[in-house]
Amino acid sequence: MAQIDIRQLSHTYQDEAYAGDDFALRELDLSWQDGGAYALLGPSGCGKSTLLRVISGLLRPTSGQVLFDGQDVTHRTARERHVAEVFQFPVVYETMSVFDNLAFPLLNRGMSKAAAAERVAEVAELLDLGGALRRKSSSLDAAARQLVSLGRGLVRTDVNAILFDEPLTVVDPQDKWILRTRLKQLHRTFGLTMVYVTHDQTEALTFAETVMVMRDGRILQSGTPAELFNRPAHKFVGQFVGSPGMNFIPCESGDDGIEIHGQALPLHIPRHRETHAGPCELGIRPEHLHLSRSTEGLAAKLLTVEETSRRKLAYLDLAGTSICVSLPQDEEIPADGHHVMFDSQHALIYSDERLLESAR
Amino acid sequence: MNAGKRYNAKAWWLVLPVVLVVAFNAVIPLMTVVNYSVQDTFGNNQFFWVGLEWFDEVLHSERFAAALGRQVLFTTLVLVIEIPLGLIIALGLPTRGWRASAYMMLLALPLLIPWNVVGTIWQIFGRIDIGLAGALINAVGIDYNYTQNPFDAWVTVIAMDVWHWTSLVALLCYAGLRSIPNAYYQAAEIDGASRWAVFRFVQLPRLRQVLVIAFLLRFMDSFMIYTEPFVVTGGGPGNATTFLSIDLVKLAIGQFDLGQAAAMSLVYFLIVLVVCWLFYTATSLRETHVETRAEGGR
Repeated sequence: MAQIDIRQLSHTYQDEAYAGDDFALRELDLSWQDGGAYALLGPSGCGKSTLLRVISGLLRPTSGQVLFDGQDVTHRTARERHVAEVFQFPVVYETMSVFDNLAFPLLNRGMSKAAAAERVAEVAELLDLGGALRRKSSSLDAAARQLVSLGRGLVRTDVNAILFDEPLTVVDPQDKWILRTRLKQLHRTFGLTMVYVTHDQTEALTFAETVMVMRDGRILQSGTPAELFNRPAHKFVGQFVGSPGMNFIPCESGDDGIEIHGQALPLHIPRHRETHAGPCELGIRPEHLHLSRSTEGLAAKLLTVEETSRRKLAYLDLAGTSICVSLPQDEEIPADGHHVMFDSQHALIYSDERLLESAR
Repeated sequence: MNAGKRYNAKAWWLVLPVVLVVAFNAVIPLMTVVNYSVQDTFGNNQFFWVGLEWFDEVLHSERFAAALGRQVLFTTLVLVIEIPLGLIIALGLPTRGWRASAYMMLLALPLLIPWNVVGTIWQIFGRIDIGLAGALINAVGIDYNYTQNPFDAWVTVIAMDVWHWTSLVALLCYAGLRSIPNAYYQAAEIDGASRWAVFRFVQLPRLRQVLVIAFLLRFMDSFMIYTEPFVVTGGGPGNATTFLSIDLVKLAIGQFDLGQAAAMSLVYFLIVLVVCWLFYTATSLRETHVETRAEGGR
């Protein structure tokens, strides 16, 4: 077990790279505590899988360092690094039984057969694979295969961290919940550092204590699920986390607060510490917007209403910007004269896509 | 169960083109062979019925047994050399870059040469007076002459077949190897697997299908080999390299024993068919067996 530190890490898949776009990872710095549960969240091609490969030792970074417990392991191979990885597509050795699969990493490292059998039995018990040990691994379904491939990491007593690369992609939806819960339990039981890469926010937010949102090879924000939801540090985080994402409405800072399209907002947002010249945007979650017929809020035109299982989503046109308002299932939506009201304490101001910290 | 379905004969029209093609290029020619195999002629286009006499004669003929023995030995040697060699070459090939394409081209080259040209190439290559290989081998002090010595003739014919066809096995295996997802190799590396373990537990299981195909193709082809050894040795010295098809042609065209030749080709055909069927059934049976066990285990 180990603390993992990444220093000034950059990687490019090209032979010669100059521009920022040539890099899959751009000067990353991060620090993962021993025993933590972390998630890397981001769209396809954001560099999250590359980062995982660099940590597992399957890929040499172009520059920068990977430290395990302060020791530089950048140039060590995956075999020497004591990490385990669960891949997107379940990897099992199909000609072997489940037992042989689990014993494989131990026997490769020279453990005696008896000791390996004991350890395999222990881990199989925790993974609930005890009854399937004699079965051929090619006969397992996707969820069980992922458990076996995770088990090959867990049997090893020298493992520093277990890395997951979108492990639930090919697992049936009904099994996803079960497997995710199982992962959380195992994390608590084994106390291993676990890093989970995904583009699915539900998976990231339910699994991890700390979620890092990545885009274009950079980490935009690192925080608890609540922090990501309530105070997205970057416009992209606001849009990517939450379903539907945060609304962003162009605004200007007036004398007494905020103006949207020349209309002063009847809400109080304290003045900002930083003075900024660029255009600002007001960010607010659909959950913190309300519809009213009074003229108190801002006039908007109703476009469509979408019914979901728990909430009603109303899409409106607010002076040229499309916004979404989330309403309780039973709330009636008036036919005309819509006005949008803001929960001022939840409104955030962004400039140049970044959150402006208020002086409050 | 089919009470609701009406019998519809239209489907036969869809099958008809295939039936016609197969009839004209396989079934009808085969039937003429069957026709010859049960008759005898004294020339003058007069035929009379002899029943299964020709088959009886072929199956009890020492000449046929000897040719079959040589054929089995040849095919066994070819398979034993070409399959592992092709696999080893495939494992050693680069996976990407210009080198990969260059090797592909080099490997494909022997496969593109017409068979009688392959025979001619080796016929000249092995000559002791002007052949590069033949002259060189003699120059280093080894007595080599494929036209005189049966062993040398065998070595030449086997070497020629290996040169000609190992590429096919290598290319098939190479394609099979490329289809293995990278994650398997990465997982094996993380699991600390040795090079041998990677081969044994990752590559070999995933090459099984490809190897079955390579085996079948090489079996059928080498069992029916004619052109190349005919050009190089003409079946000699003596009868040393007279394989089944060479013997068949000698019988049918050399001696004009049409009835016996027809019976022999049918026996020959059946041997190829039965071996392929047995092999294929055995390998696919094993698979269904594994799958059924898997389903039952759920």
